[in-house]
Amino acid sequence: MVAVSLLEISGLTKRFGGLLAVSGFDLTLDAGDIVGLIGPNGAGKTTAFHLVSGFQSPTAGSIRFRGGSIVGLKPHAICRLGLARTFQIVQPFAGLSVIENVMVGAFNREPDAAAARRLAGEIVEFVGLGPRRDVPARSLTLSDRKRLEIARGLATRPEMLLLDEAMSGLNPTEIDEIIGLIRRIHDRGVTLLIIEHVMQAIMALSDRLVVLHHGEKLAEGAPADVARDRRVIEAYLGEGA
Amino acid sequence: MGVRALGVLAVAALLALPPLLPKYHLEVLISVLFFAYLGIAWNLLGGYAGQFSFGHAAFFGIGAYTSTLLLLHAGLTPWAGMLLGGVLAAGFGLFEGYLSFRYGLKGPYFSLVTLAFAEMLRVIAVNTKAVGSSLGLVVPSTKAAAAMFIFSGKLPYYYVIFAMVVLALAFAWRVERSRLGYALAAVRENEDAAEAAGVDALGMKLRAMALSSFLTALGGTFYAQYFAYIDPTITFGPGVSIGALLPAIVGGAGTVLGPVLGSFVLTPVSELTRYALRGRAGADIMLYGAILILVISFLPQGLMGWIRQRRARGWSL
Repeated sequence: MVAVSLLEISGLTKRFGGLLAVSGFDLTLDAGDIVGLIGPNGAGKTTAFHLVSGFQSPTAGSIRFRGGSIVGLKPHAICRLGLARTFQIVQPFAGLSVIENVMVGAFNREPDAAAARRLAGEIVEFVGLGPRRDVPARSLTLSDRKRLEIARGLATRPEMLLLDEAMSGLNPTEIDEIIGLIRRIHDRGVTLLIIEHVMQAIMALSDRLVVLHHGEKLAEGAPADVARDRRVIEAYLGEGA
Repeated sequence: MGVRALGVLAVAALLALPPLLPKYHLEVLISVLFFAYLGIAWNLLGGYAGQFSFGHAAFFGIGAYTSTLLLLHAGLTPWAGMLLGGVLAAGFGLFEGYLSFRYGLKGPYFSLVTLAFAEMLRVIAVNTKAVGSSLGLVVPSTKAAAAMFIFSGKLPYYYVIFAMVVLALAFAWRVERSRLGYALAAVRENEDAAEAAGVDALGMKLRAMALSSFLTALGGTFYAQYFAYIDPTITFGPGVSIGALLPAIVGGAGTVLGPVLGSFVLTPVSELTRYALRGRAGADIMLYGAILILVISFLPQGLMGWIRQRRARGWSL
């Protein structure tokens, strides 16, 4: 039997009118990978996430998760298959408490309310929001909202988690904490695909870096090699750099 | 005094006092519970799921007409007709909801569509001889017969609507604490985030729609039996739709007790203004409207929100 990769994206293309946001993008992730997806603003990273998580449907190309196509599935169905995501702009259920936010995710695996509350409680502790569990989400700091966003995704017990800029807007101490949290999530056996602009963080975390530029894959490889790639440097700093 | 003790006392009073009340006060109390009931039903969709229906009269009318027509033409007891009306209304609600939600109608657009559906049914009823057109239908109520949902005097109707309120409250309480309740709250707060957390937003909204329309239709049958007369404007008109949403919003949308609290405040106020300003047509509605504006601008979370705030600040009841 041929081993199946966890996520196989091939020829992924998304066209908005005259703009090719993502074009012929290929990417494969195996269980246990941590892959960083980087690129200048407007490179198509978030669009790629929207396509994989079902919030937008691709113009062309295929996305297979655990061997089956997930193109055309709604986001909740993709989430239930074990592929969860967070949002770049955090989207808490503002009127619900921290634990209630996380319970919404936990219900996917624990239909019983008491069991969902237990699972959510564990995850709230795990991400470090234990002391804030009964606080309404609207009163959390940005750093705590980022944790909540991750906790809600984790509560759905994903095999793979897409993290969209989990560190943007945070100070260096908070960034270090989130890096530690992401490592602990990986230690629990969750495969990670991470969009991040905080360079030292993504270099430190990723086994492999993928660079998107104008919707196309510009480079892929070990972080150190990618950082030395001339085309990557040009993309970030402009021609002639 | 604890909240629980207060609740027990209120229920005991509502059970024991009505036989002692004068007829007019009993009628007002029936009105209070009737609008509380409609508010609880509306709240499942409008409060918990945040889908603001302005056309619950559609379901109310379907309930009233279904049981009444079945009684008139097939001799079926309204107790059974009530359930059939509920099922029919839920089916219509699913149809209406699927059309709206499938195409992403939200907020005021959804409200307008629900209003349009209710108005459509009203116009159809006005123009259909088989359902009595604009003359409406008279429910035969000469001989009291509990099995046929016909009683002599108001008191039995009071206990019927009281039981309906208690059952609907118990149901709402269960929903709020269930997976469905959390999913609805998530959809209300942020639909994209809910989907990302594995919540089938369309499916959940349709569930809320079906439950809400089913319960609302039962209220329609109660109305038909209690007043023994229905017509298209009374049952399908905007008055019922507003009567269903106001207690919930004023009391506290998305809370179990909100609609009950709202109705206990609003219904007597409406009665009082009508009495105080009798003889000046429309003046009572203006005063009522002014009170509403005040409540909504100063208590955006409704009475329940206000009580919660007070309690959070450590004040007792």
